[in-house]
Amino acid sequence: MKMATCGTYESNDCFVTVMPQKTGRTIQIESIVFSSFGAQIQAVIEGILEELHLDNIAIAIQDKGALDYTIRARVLTALQRAGVSL
Amino acid sequence: MRRSLLFIPGNNPGMVQNSDIFDADAIIFDLEDAVLPQEKDAARTLLHAYFKQFPSAPYETIVRINTNDSSIMMEDLSMCLSSRVDAIMVPKATKQSLFEFLDILVTMEHSLGISPRVTLIPIIETARAVWEAYEIVQCPRVSGVLLGAEDLSTDLGIPRTASNLEILVPRSLVVLAAKAVKIDAIDTPFLDVDQEANLRADAEFSHSIGMNAKACIHPLQVGIIHEVFSPTSAEIRQAQKLLLAEEKAKLEGKGAFSVDGKMVDKPILERAHHLLEKAKVWGLIP
Repeated sequence: MKMATCGTYESNDCFVTVMPQKTGRTIQIESIVFSSFGAQIQAVIEGILEELHLDNIAIAIQDKGALDYTIRARVLTALQRAGVSL
Repeated sequence: MRRSLLFIPGNNPGMVQNSDIFDADAIIFDLEDAVLPQEKDAARTLLHAYFKQFPSAPYETIVRINTNDSSIMMEDLSMCLSSRVDAIMVPKATKQSLFEFLDILVTMEHSLGISPRVTLIPIIETARAVWEAYEIVQCPRVSGVLLGAEDLSTDLGIPRTASNLEILVPRSLVVLAAKAVKIDAIDTPFLDVDQEANLRADAEFSHSIGMNAKACIHPLQVGIIHEVFSPTSAEIRQAQKLLLAEEKAKLEGKGAFSVDGKMVDKPILERAHHLLEKAKVWGLIP
């Protein structure tokens, strides 16, 4: 696995960076709606990592008001670009 | 029944998730020209996730796929078949390429255990395709055919003009081919978004020669296209009058009858029935 990104900084989108790390999962969220939706964004990303049984990974998301489907799509594409088999 | 088909870039979440407020009869989610080569994967995954989260829509869902790279085409097609997509728009169609695409589609449906559901909308955008239009529309599963005037002009080596004279023959050939097999003749989009009067004139002309729908590239174009391609209230009243007269003639045992001093024959009644059917589908009459 290598570092990879997906998405944009446009409104309704998000920019996702994924990279390998030695141990555990790290999810870093920066969002214009963090106080209302931070936990939901976290849940979407954790759900994907659980589905794919991915550990030892760091994900950073810069969210510009993306809905769940967009977050899911950007994370999945970033993972695929990183070499993860979906 | 289509009047307006609105192109939306497939990698733009803001446009994608607002697709149901544009009031278009069909939305064309574009994976081809509107998406950069390095973002094809992101756009495809975005649409798949969107269709999964929102499994129904108040419009016909069309995806314009990529066909110039076979591996990308297969991934686009796979996404379409595993989601709510109603129709696949096939760019740069020729008779040969479309029938080959149909074979691939059928094979993939079979291997996935999916019943045949999606229809095809080939784009006529090369000189060869214009010449083959009547054979293209006879490909099974084709539900409409779109004239792509910009690429066609490039293929012809001529500039597009405000008069549209250079596409008069292609427009007419597409209309004749589509109407010969009773499918939608879809006109090329009007690209100058700020020129509403010119859009209306362009749509009125294409409607007058037999096009029954028009592609568009901006939500603001949808309303004008609906006005042009929908029956007017006067046309609806006249059609209703004809059908009432038909009923009366039947009750009186008359084979032939006249309305407003003009004889009414079968083609006129068929047009009236068809017009009222469209008016009902589009909510113009109860």
